[in-house]
Amino acid sequence: MSPTGKTLLEVDRLAVEFRTRSGTVRALEDVSLALAEGETVGLVGESGSGKSVLSFAAMGIQDPAARITAGSLRFAGQDLLAGKGAAMKALRGREMAMIFQNPRVALNPIRPVGKQIEDVLARHTDLHPAARRARAVECLAEVRIPDPERRYAAYPFELSGGMCQRVMIAIALACKPRLLIADEPTTGLDVTTQAAIMRLISELSAERRMATLLITHDLGLAREYCDRIAVMHAGHIVEVGPTAGLFAAPRHPYTERLIAATPVGANSLDELAAIDGNLPDLRRDDLPACRFAERCPQRAAVCDAPLALLPAEGSHRVACHLPRKVAHSLERKHVASA
Amino acid sequence: MSHLLEVIGLKRWFGVKKGGETRQLHAVDGIDFHIAPGETVGLVGESGCGKSTLVRLLTRTLDPSDGQVRFRNHDLGLIRAREMALHAQRKDIQMVFQDPTDSLNPRYTARQTIAESVRLLCGLRGAEAAARVEEVADWVGLPQALLDRYPHQLSGGQKARVGIARAIVSRPALLVLDEPTAALDVSVQTVILQLLDRLKRELDMSFLFVSHDLNVVRLLCDRVLVMYLGQVVESGPTDAVFHAPAHPYTRALIASLPGGLAGGQATAADLLVGGDPQSPIDPDPNRCRLLGRCPRGLAPCGETGPVLRDLGEGRQVACLYPAVVQHHVRQ
Repeated sequence: MSPTGKTLLEVDRLAVEFRTRSGTVRALEDVSLALAEGETVGLVGESGSGKSVLSFAAMGIQDPAARITAGSLRFAGQDLLAGKGAAMKALRGREMAMIFQNPRVALNPIRPVGKQIEDVLARHTDLHPAARRARAVECLAEVRIPDPERRYAAYPFELSGGMCQRVMIAIALACKPRLLIADEPTTGLDVTTQAAIMRLISELSAERRMATLLITHDLGLAREYCDRIAVMHAGHIVEVGPTAGLFAAPRHPYTERLIAATPVGANSLDELAAIDGNLPDLRRDDLPACRFAERCPQRAAVCDAPLALLPAEGSHRVACHLPRKVAHSLERKHVASA
Repeated sequence: MSHLLEVIGLKRWFGVKKGGETRQLHAVDGIDFHIAPGETVGLVGESGCGKSTLVRLLTRTLDPSDGQVRFRNHDLGLIRAREMALHAQRKDIQMVFQDPTDSLNPRYTARQTIAESVRLLCGLRGAEAAARVEEVADWVGLPQALLDRYPHQLSGGQKARVGIARAIVSRPALLVLDEPTAALDVSVQTVILQLLDRLKRELDMSFLFVSHDLNVVRLLCDRVLVMYLGQVVESGPTDAVFHAPAHPYTRALIASLPGGLAGGQATAADLLVGGDPQSPIDPDPNRCRLLGRCPRGLAPCGETGPVLRDLGEGRQVACLYPAVVQHHVRQ
């Protein structure tokens, strides 16, 4: 699948802050990311790197303490932040939809799953009740739930984790959205179920030319299913590029270390290298321009200078003053355990 | 070679009342395996397959319905679960739990958590106990400065270290680890896995390592047991099982790994068909439990329940039609 379509979602220099009693958390800073029709983009990084904050902001469902302090969000050319989010309200659920991390928590426990699909249809379509019911059953069938007529009346507790996740996907896809944000859609599911869910998402996005933003901390998963990957660290996008190129020749030292820490493809435990240090406290006033600098093995004086995501090669972009050279060895490095 | 732990025909059924009649949920249904001293055995299988019940039977927090749990040739199954806490063998089988946040007492500091184990398992008091706590903290690389912090003041990796520390105060012979890194970020996971590997060698422990993450099992374990609906369907040396899986379920697990396994024989054709597993309540003993999801299921699979049989080279499989195991060449 090649991203030939026109740009659908455009995040431009977005900054999000959380006002808390212990200070202002600068959760996102200068984040730019574009998704084209039919494209699957992976958003990867450690917990706390801002992956979910970005997706929640894109859906306009951020925490009340969060404030968008700079930048813009556009969907098919339309400004999502205009008119106190009125544009967002009209699009959310219909044109853009989201799959949340834990289906058992995200579904209403005391409402049959079929009714929960109907709720979305009632909000966004003018189908009459009987047609809504038929469409809800159809949605369950679309996500390959066996015996959808019977499952329509099931409550979430009567379904397995994998089935609940399928219901979540059915809810998200009920109105045939053009953009799907999947926030760790398979975390906590078995590997066999994960494979089935991911194949379902990629089949559906290919069929409908739907743009998909896949948020995950599983690099193996992102590598398998995404056209492009954006790597986040402490509220910055540090590297973005086509999947193959990014894995073959990561330019940012953080991406390189993230790949080196992943057990996929390693031959022994000693080959894995941990990333030193922790994410910096985002409440600090003296955050360095490069938020990875304090954990970076190759920090130099130049790293204190302002930083931007700059082209490295083709559409591969990196935010680092000392990026790896193109001819950099692709081998995993043998680094002593930290 | 004498076994540290030997499990023979272990069963645990739970009664389920439905419409006035009691039926049996076969959570663990006739399991045989062993763990040698110093060995790391991985246990994989999907949620609901009985991994946790098996772990509770082995750590003796649950009584078996039938079968034996032999530890150093003593039948631990004869000790009632409620008496196990006071039993001398308690300190030799310890456990590390899945979520370090849920399994630590939020009102105990790291020091208190570890000290409780030192007091109960080593019988130490006062200055001796305090010294042991600091020694164990050293083993797991937990800085002394963090010992007086509460769980909410510790990071995920630090909490995992506390959970490991309290399990190894008595230098147990067998450590049962239930998804010890599932809640951790990949870079922290690496540190904890390397720590566990080092501790195993330094303290001469055996591990039973329960995990969803096949890649981690592949890197950490000497042998692997694959469970499906209460039974072991395949076991053998990790390398051999991963590269040339014999059971269709094992093949499906490995084929489901994102990106597959380099050099492995499992392919997309091995993925499971159909939806959820069949019910573990009163399963038909004369029918393969994977039938319906198995991409290869044939008519005889519905008439004979497969039993675990030897394939040679330390491998076993419970399938009427296992994949032909090609001689696995170690790199």
